Amino acid sequence: MDAAIQIEKISKSYGSNHALQDVTFSVNSGEMFGLIGPDGAGKSSLYQILATLSTPDSGTASILGLDTVKDYKALRTKIGYMPDRFSLYPDLSVMENLEFFASLFGVTVKQNFDLIEPIFGQLSKFPKRRAGALSGGMKQKLALSCALIHRPEILLLDEPTTGVDAVSRSEFWDMLADLKKIGITILVSTSYMDEAARCERIAIIDSGRILRIGSEKELTASLGENLFNAVSSNMFALLSALRKLPDVENCYTFGATLHVVTSPDFNPDRAIAKLRDEGIDDVKIFPAKGDIEDLFIKLKNEQ
Amino acid sequence: MRILAALLRKELKLMRRNPLIIRVIIAMPVMVMLVLPLIASLDVKNVGITVVDNDRSILSSRIIRDLNAAEGLCVNSVCSTHSEAMTEVENGTSDVILTIPQNFEQNPESLDVEANGVNATKGMLGAQYVVSSVSLTLSQWLGEQGTEIKANRPSVINRYNPTLEYRNYMIPAIMVVLIIIICGFLPALNLVSEKETGTIEAMNVSPVSRMTFVLSKLIIFWVVSLLVVAVGMTIGYLVYGLAPQGSILGIFGATVLFSLVMSGIGVTIANKSATMMQSIFVMFAFIMIFQLMSGLLTPISSMPQWAQAFTLFIPPRYFVEIMRSIYLKATPLTALWPQFTALAALALATCTLAALTYKKTT
Repeated sequence: MDAAIQIEKISKSYGSNHALQDVTFSVNSGEMFGLIGPDGAGKSSLYQILATLSTPDSGTASILGLDTVKDYKALRTKIGYMPDRFSLYPDLSVMENLEFFASLFGVTVKQNFDLIEPIFGQLSKFPKRRAGALSGGMKQKLALSCALIHRPEILLLDEPTTGVDAVSRSEFWDMLADLKKIGITILVSTSYMDEAARCERIAIIDSGRILRIGSEKELTASLGENLFNAVSSNMFALLSALRKLPDVENCYTFGATLHVVTSPDFNPDRAIAKLRDEGIDDVKIFPAKGDIEDLFIKLKNEQ
Repeated sequence: MRILAALLRKELKLMRRNPLIIRVIIAMPVMVMLVLPLIASLDVKNVGITVVDNDRSILSSRIIRDLNAAEGLCVNSVCSTHSEAMTEVENGTSDVILTIPQNFEQNPESLDVEANGVNATKGMLGAQYVVSSVSLTLSQWLGEQGTEIKANRPSVINRYNPTLEYRNYMIPAIMVVLIIIICGFLPALNLVSEKETGTIEAMNVSPVSRMTFVLSKLIIFWVVSLLVVAVGMTIGYLVYGLAPQGSILGIFGATVLFSLVMSGIGVTIANKSATMMQSIFVMFAFIMIFQLMSGLLTPISSMPQWAQAFTLFIPPRYFVEIMRSIYLKATPLTALWPQFTALAALALATCTLAALTYKKTT
């Protein structure tokens, strides 16, 4: 069996709120797997179950062949879990936090320092600073170090890059890539769709359901050719005009441009001419490469 | 064991870094011990008396003079009518009215003493002081007249608190109050703050057993409670000259048991609350009942039967009994075994409850 994490038909409700419905997927050993979805999609509920902090209403989950409900004790030493909010002691120093978590797992910082050295590098300049006084990016690095200090085989990271600046985010993903190289299986969740490319495979989750699973390439390939960028000086007028065009199926803002989802019959030149008649004369329409966000919007529309 | 040591080290560090906690643990007991014994007093002093003197005789003026000279009594005024005297009581200037009837000197038989019962203790004791002062004057006077009455004046010796200082009765009790507050609130707040900062989640995915985790919260507060009692005893001796008459070891032993009870309750409440606010309010309810029903302020023996039965489940009741007995009466520990047993049983029960209500999973 090559699956490091096996999730079978897990459902979990909080009152009338169905946090997870029939969630099934598996993560291969040594894989970096992304769980992508908006806030409230059920990502944290799934993490709670995998981290043995909560039990599913139905279905089973196993990590390294250990059931998350029955074998939770054995499992806790094999997983490194980083919750979605900062969970270190703000009044303890950087080094004290690290030493504390090491001693909970019966190891010393020295034993496993080689594993965290690349991550801990910048932090080791101020070992005596209080964890609460660190910047967002530094906090996440410390949290990751603490989650790794007992050399877990599986890393469960729940939105590790939320609230972290773009540079630190990118650095963080580089570190995860290094961890993957030494054979650690990583399940990471994010609500930033653009981070999907960093994972080997991703699962798109929304309203407690898994919508698609695959690599970013496979998934975006399914978007096909019928996607265009549109720009003009008057974006709002353009948006409402495009939405009225017959071959346009959907149109939404995407960064600085509009993404236009069309039927195969769509002809950009004809559309430009038509828009010019409506008084929008500086339109540019050119093919776009769809990404996970486009896919997510498409999936949402299909529902 | 290694894990427990790591947890305790962490608790100590966190406590040292929180300036408020240090103040609560050190400054609060010092302040309370310095101030409260002086204030919390049921000793009745300055009882104001208005005399309605209908006799205007040598005897009546002697009664008034003796009353004025008596300790704690003070004759405010002498009126000629009862209604004037009532006005003084209504104005709050006097507490007791003594009416001396006409021809009292010739026929010293009955006197009227009326006391303002709004403050029951002051009224009751005030009237009693007046009666004893008057009867002393009367027996002296009758003696001088040659008609000596063999008055059976019982001799009263106040054992254990010879000066009848209410303060001495309250000092051990104030230490109990301090431990109720410190060992009740701090563990509850400590645990809920772990919930609020999210650190409890990191703790829950670690292999730390729940028993170890709860123990780390309890042990740290029995150390704190010993500190509080040590500070309290030192101030009690240095400032008020009151040292424990009995075994100090017994006091420390009871303190450890009682702090376990209180922090067990605190941890249980914290396990069941999601926010500090919730835990504080629930803890308050317990502390109110504990203070009023433990015999701290009002003696248990004067409570109604059902309430007396209820106090058997009020843990501080036993601690108050132990503290006062050892402190004032030097009661040997062998005589206090029922209280110690009860405290130990309650400590076991609350700590078990604390461990059982702590759930690592949701």
